[in-house]
Amino acid sequence: MKVSILQFPGTNCEYDTKHAFESLGATTEIVWHKSETIPADTDLLVVAGGFSYGDYLRSGAIAKFSPVMKAVKAYAQNGGKVLGICNGFQVLTESGLLPGALKRNESLHFLSKHHHLKVQNNDNDFLMLLEKGDVINIPIAHHDGNYYIDEAGLAELYANNQVLLTYCDANGNELNPNGSVDAIAGVCNKSKNVFGLMPHPERAMELILGSNDGIKMLQGFLK
Amino acid sequence: MKVIVNVFLKNGVLDSQGKAVHHALDSLHFNNVADVRVGKQIVMKLNETDEAKAREDVTKMCEELLANTVIEDYTIEIAK
Repeated sequence: MKVSILQFPGTNCEYDTKHAFESLGATTEIVWHKSETIPADTDLLVVAGGFSYGDYLRSGAIAKFSPVMKAVKAYAQNGGKVLGICNGFQVLTESGLLPGALKRNESLHFLSKHHHLKVQNNDNDFLMLLEKGDVINIPIAHHDGNYYIDEAGLAELYANNQVLLTYCDANGNELNPNGSVDAIAGVCNKSKNVFGLMPHPERAMELILGSNDGIKMLQGFLK
Repeated sequence: MKVIVNVFLKNGVLDSQGKAVHHALDSLHFNNVADVRVGKQIVMKLNETDEAKAREDVTKMCEELLANTVIEDYTIEIAK
């Protein structure tokens, strides 16, 4: 299993992501944004978190024109699996690989804490090891995590089981930290090979750091 | 040619920054403010003399980069 991890100027979660996947037995490679290709043996491409291009203009807006993104689009269109975490999610929505957009948090505050999430759909590679309705505890760390999609787009997400995760409390009741439409924390595309979420599963790999619920998420890709 | 692009959140998309500024103005006793929208202004100098061509180019810039049309609207002003 080979995981390739994109690195833009300002990306800061690439080494956490590398460590997380290597702890699960995957081999990894970090791919600089100026590369026009991605490694041919890539089984999963991760757009890691951070602040690509300083979040200038809008989070993820400049990164979408990096040379590597053409290869990413082609990879995704051929059915390759892509996971965008936090800023990676923003890059994927800006690129049109995922529906919707991420706005400034409703409170206008940067949020950095553990947050519970509810699994809404597991008929996909990402969440296949979890059950629908499972409540997991994963760190969030974002300023622009307020997911927006219009009503027609939202109906389509529900119709195709594209809503992956929603924010909730420890008992699974909706608890919305950032104003996202229907408290959505993560979505996938229609063909279920491109995934994006604001929370950081790669930061939830060891109990000593507060949670290891990220293992079950990332391991889905290794099956 | 100077071109001014204004980008604002679409009507119906909650503008949290606008709301926060509105509250702050209220607390300063500017009680006659009905609505506040916070947006971005992008000012460009174009090496172009043809206004129609400039407008066409800037529209493309807005669609591809300057605005995210999922959540934002834009206006283009050509300053003479």
